[in-house]
Amino acid sequence: MFDFNFQEIQPILKVENLNKLFGFNKGCQNINFELFPGEVLAIVGESGSGKSTLLNSLSGHEQPDSGDVIYHAKNEQDYSLYKINESERRLLMRTELGFVHQNPRDGLRLRISAGGNIGERLMAVGERHYGDIRSKGENWLEQVEINSDRIDEQPRFFSGGMQQRLQIARTLVTHPRLVFMDEPTGGLDVSVQARLLDLIRQLVQKHQLAVVLVTHDLSVARLLAHRIIVMKQSEIVETGLTDQVLDDPQHPYSQLLVSSILN
Amino acid sequence: MSEQLYNFGYLDENSKRMIRRALLKAVALPGYQVPFAGKEMPMPYGWGTGGVQLTASIIGKKDCLKVIDQGADDTTNAVSIRNFFKRVCDVETTEETGDATVIQTRHRIPEQALTENQIMVFQVPIPEPLRYIEPSETETRKMHALKEYGVMHVKLYEDIARHGEIATSYAYPAEVNGHYIMDPSPIPKFDNPKLDNSPTLMLFGAGREKRIYAVPPYTNVKSLDFEDYPFTPQTWTRKCDLCGSEHSYLDEIVTDDKGSRLWVCSDTDFCQKNQAKQEQSNV
Repeated sequence: MFDFNFQEIQPILKVENLNKLFGFNKGCQNINFELFPGEVLAIVGESGSGKSTLLNSLSGHEQPDSGDVIYHAKNEQDYSLYKINESERRLLMRTELGFVHQNPRDGLRLRISAGGNIGERLMAVGERHYGDIRSKGENWLEQVEINSDRIDEQPRFFSGGMQQRLQIARTLVTHPRLVFMDEPTGGLDVSVQARLLDLIRQLVQKHQLAVVLVTHDLSVARLLAHRIIVMKQSEIVETGLTDQVLDDPQHPYSQLLVSSILN
Repeated sequence: MSEQLYNFGYLDENSKRMIRRALLKAVALPGYQVPFAGKEMPMPYGWGTGGVQLTASIIGKKDCLKVIDQGADDTTNAVSIRNFFKRVCDVETTEETGDATVIQTRHRIPEQALTENQIMVFQVPIPEPLRYIEPSETETRKMHALKEYGVMHVKLYEDIARHGEIATSYAYPAEVNGHYIMDPSPIPKFDNPKLDNSPTLMLFGAGREKRIYAVPPYTNVKSLDFEDYPFTPQTWTRKCDLCGSEHSYLDEIVTDDKGSRLWVCSDTDFCQKNQAKQEQSNV
């Protein structure tokens, strides 16, 4: 899968001793890992195991109690997400990082047209040419398989699957290098899920995105992820290449998780 | 008549001092909305309580007050606020733009050029320009502080997408002194250029939301736009039917039920002076 040497490549995200607890074993603790450019990492685990807390801490939304999240930016500089000031952090979050919410209604402005939703991130980083913004909007709608003549329609009239695809377009329009996804296929029916996963896989390859994906659905992890982290009660219990973890789970909880897939 | 009943300018001196402090801060940070402890005024919110409090705090015995509403001196709101100040401070009032030292207004900036010796006071209904897009006050304050104004252009984008042009015609957002974006009260965008680099101090008061902001003299005020859809103030293809002015803001007045219309200057003082000038030259 990879034909480069890990030693020479800087990780895009480094997580060191991250802790964020809301109570005993509630949240996430002792989290350490590295993510490399172009790599897709899935975080799996049961409800309440701390997946979403971890994702929020990684993406700059939730200040951790202790530990460090270091992002290696396009300009080859390292930024510790919670040590830089808020304005720098928010700038990174709307340029180089992206976040896809489980519920597209959290990530979209439902009463703003599809084109306006896609254009918002462009305008937030200083684009001021209406024609350019619009043609980029049309281009991205096509990329996520939405007909570009629906650019002026409001997403509240779109189906759930379309809303999710629009959210992805809106996130990717500023060419982020690292995207966080929280159950991107949750709440969609199976055939729509399959198409969306296919689309995400294509976009990830085409734009060489690094992705941290939270899911409780192991088949989503198998389809998209290169590497898996298994979480239980706020801690990482197992980590490894996707096939390795899914085909030969070591930790009793991972074994339980894998064996509970319906065949 | 009422010097025993009310303090000069209706508000007590401590309240005036509190408002003046907020004003100083507002002038120091052009376009920044300064919260202040807004007082109950003897009129309902929406009738200009913010502007009245500002006027009450800055007016002195030697001032001459002009009050306009939609550009006119003789409409209800203008007449009652003018009478109010006549009663509570016994200052001189005028309808002539040139004679006034303090001008309180609701929707217009007078057509006649203003000077350094004048102060404009605006009555503001909704001071927060980001409100349409972002309902959370905590979030909008953060956006102002960090200059995250992308969403302001989303509003203009929606205008062009729906109407083919920037259809926002009043309360048109403008960037003040290279930082804060402000809502210049409900003045038409026709008046936005008059804010830019004006010799006059412009004060904005929102009574219900208890916010004060200001544009100090000679400050840059830039109306937002797109490179390919530049800011354009309203224009008319006709002249004022009363005074013949070609460059003023015109109101359309329906005169009967057969479709007759009259287009007249909204600034009554300007229009009357123009008419007087023409009568003179006709004689």
